[in-house]
Amino acid sequence: MAKIKLAKSKVDTLVEICKSFNNEGSELINVLHKAQETFGYLPAEVQEIIARELNVAVAHVYGVVTFYSFFSMVPKGEFPISICMGTACYVRGAEKVLEEFKRQLDVPVGETTEDGKFSISCLRCVGACGLAPVVTIGERVYGRVAAGDVADIIKEYQS
Amino acid sequence: MVLVWRNVSLMRLAFSKEDLKMEKMIKLTIDNKQIEVPHGTTIYEAAKELGIEIPTLCYMHLGDMGIEHKPGGCRICVVEVEGRRNLAPSCNSKCEEGMVIHTHNMRVLNARKTVMELMLSDHPFDCLVCAKSGNCDLQTMAHQFGVRELHYKGEQSTYKVDYSPSIIRDMDKCIMCRRCETMCNDVQTVGALSAVNRGFESVVAPAFEMDLEKSTCTYCGQCVAVCPTGALTEKDHTNQLIRDLADPKKTVVVQTAPAVRAALGEEFGMEAGTLVTGKMVSALRRLGFNSVFDTDFAADLTIMEEGTELLERLQKHLDGDKDVKLPILTSCCPGWVNFFEHHFPDMKDIPSTARSPQQMFGPIAKTYLADKMGVKREDMIVVSIMPCLAKKYECQRDEFKVDGDPDVNYSISTRELANLIKQANMDLTTLPEEDFDNPLGESTGAGVIFGATGGVIEAAARTAYEVYTGKTLEKVDFDALRGMEGIRSATVDFDGLPINIGIAHGLGNARKLLEDIRDGKSQYHAIEIMACPGGCIGGGGQPLHHGDSSILKKRAAALYREDEGKAIRKSHENPYIIKLYEEFLGKPCSELSHKLLHTHYFDKSNEIEIE
Ligand code: SF4
Ligand code: SF4
Ligand code: SF4
Ligand code: FES
Ligand code: FES
Repeated sequence: MAKIKLAKSKVDTLVEICKSFNNEGSELINVLHKAQETFGYLPAEVQEIIARELNVAVAHVYGVVTFYSFFSMVPKGEFPISICMGTACYVRGAEKVLEEFKRQLDVPVGETTEDGKFSISCLRCVGACGLAPVVTIGERVYGRVAAGDVADIIKEYQS
Repeated sequence: MVLVWRNVSLMRLAFSKEDLKMEKMIKLTIDNKQIEVPHGTTIYEAAKELGIEIPTLCYMHLGDMGIEHKPGGCRICVVEVEGRRNLAPSCNSKCEEGMVIHTHNMRVLNARKTVMELMLSDHPFDCLVCAKSGNCDLQTMAHQFGVRELHYKGEQSTYKVDYSPSIIRDMDKCIMCRRCETMCNDVQTVGALSAVNRGFESVVAPAFEMDLEKSTCTYCGQCVAVCPTGALTEKDHTNQLIRDLADPKKTVVVQTAPAVRAALGEEFGMEAGTLVTGKMVSALRRLGFNSVFDTDFAADLTIMEEGTELLERLQKHLDGDKDVKLPILTSCCPGWVNFFEHHFPDMKDIPSTARSPQQMFGPIAKTYLADKMGVKREDMIVVSIMPCLAKKYECQRDEFKVDGDPDVNYSISTRELANLIKQANMDLTTLPEEDFDNPLGESTGAGVIFGATGGVIEAAARTAYEVYTGKTLEKVDFDALRGMEGIRSATVDFDGLPINIGIAHGLGNARKLLEDIRDGKSQYHAIEIMACPGGCIGGGGQPLHHGDSSILKKRAAALYREDEGKAIRKSHENPYIIKLYEEFLGKPCSELSHKLLHTHYFDKSNEIEIE
């Protein structure tokens, strides 16, 4: 396996996160959530360290990271676009909205545009079902989004 | 997934028999036959009890090893339960009181065929050139279900083929049964493989979808042994062998591992456990090898070296030398060597430094034998026939090469040899019995039992006892060291000195013993470890058992039979071994032995570099 380079402070933070979950292998998903919250994404190095600390196989960690769409292995864009795929949003057409973002930005889910500006990810229910379908960009929340609104939303950030 | 080793599952069986009286039995009807089964029995198991074989694909039950895998994913095993709208997967649906089940009515057959067609819609049409063809469960079943055309067309997933030194992964052919994952993670506790991604994109892969070579894989080949399709196969060296055999300038010699003779016959329709030693020798001779030798000879040599090392370490330990570490661990299994190099590098100084028999044979052939035959090293090709896929990788290790020339050029699995024999238009069953060539073909019963779990340490005990005590063993069979339980232990009396011996087969069991050593809880003087469940008889290169693990027991029994029939059953009494030391090596663990027959290990754990 490849050698891993990671700043000592980052390693320490990860070790702390794992410790806060008692280094339990069964807490893997929670540890990954916390790590992603802290680092913004989950690069291979981070997964290796988590695997070591929780004493689980790296392949398993990678399996979990790739199974859930809310985990990402690439850094988020300057404006991270998140589309809710919870039940309410889904039935009200979130998928069409997602497709439109993907088409206009020419980037798949979980990845970032070449200029580093936008990234697309999917979320579980964000608890604003009344506004479904919901899209968030950074701290801002957009409700009742339709595919037709996508171009205008993107324009807001392109100056 | 349930994982219990045989001794544990036997206990369970005993319990459940007790419980039966109190626990309520369930009555149901399967294909118009009535049956009563204990609570918790699956429909598949109940049908089997009645002699009804329901086809399965993802389900895997290796009873003797306590391995059960039933993800219920493929739906090939569906049956109709009267009164239920949907068909039920029989492998993971429990029997209920009064159920009326149809396992093969027209609705079921139709559904199975549809499931199969859907599966095939994302499968390449490679059967004509696929390494698994003729031995592939998917192919057999498609044929059995009468699939003649595909009604579904869909997107086909495509992946880069991953070529490692031992194993080829062609994930276009993966049907996501995930049996390989169970073997790698639960049985071997290696954790090299995991299902990754989701939906259509999902596939079983090493971490970060890197090549197997960059993972913690040990090349034990247990994943290959259970893969129902051509997704996992061995790296095939038969074409290379055919080229070498056709080259008149080359002297091609072959060595055959103990476990091969107990399994090769299965590929020719013989009963499992049939010994085909003599027929195998004549097949190899007819294929054109210049000499046909026996790895068992090298196994005897291993005992001389490893046994001497054990006694030296033991003696120093008894004399109070604190630097000497015990237990000593056997080192003849390259899958196991890979395992501790990756997972327990901190303990790499406790295994014996003796090379595996394959790698002892190579340098002796290319020095001692080449000299006797008057052949130059560069003109000699040493080929090995092995039950093992890890041996393919082992041949390539740099420390086993001289100026880039491998001591053993390459190794061929039992399955590859069977194919080659068939290609050459020979029927093993009708071949005459012939003897190995000398000087590297003579072996003792001790060398033969190397192929079964417990065999190496039994062989070592036979020699170490006599060397240590100076007495002759009354009875050479150490029954306490035999069997199929995953972890076994026994104390052997060395004339007043009790020697505690541990045995583990399957890397998950090895891990337990290693953790005990690390925690200072181990009471053993010597431990034998084999990567594959059952030892080499269950190796990743053996004929596929297709889920029938009783085959392993029959193979082991065959080896013990061959041992019993041998005139000489102790390695140190092999006349050609005695001669080899007299003429060439001097004595066990001599300087020359160390150079040719011993090795060293590497730390291959993941190194995390901190900036
Ligand atoms: S060869 Fe053994 S260690 Fe490697 S992936 Fe297969 S089961 Fe795992
Ligand atoms: S590689 Fe083989 S054993 Fe593993 S999931 Fe795919 S088909 Fe099943
Ligand atoms: S147990 Fe035998 S077949 Fe399996 S990896 Fe070890 S040496 Fe090879
Ligand atoms: S489902 Fe989208 S906010 Fe609840
Ligand atoms: S064999 Fe039962 S679901 Fe696959």
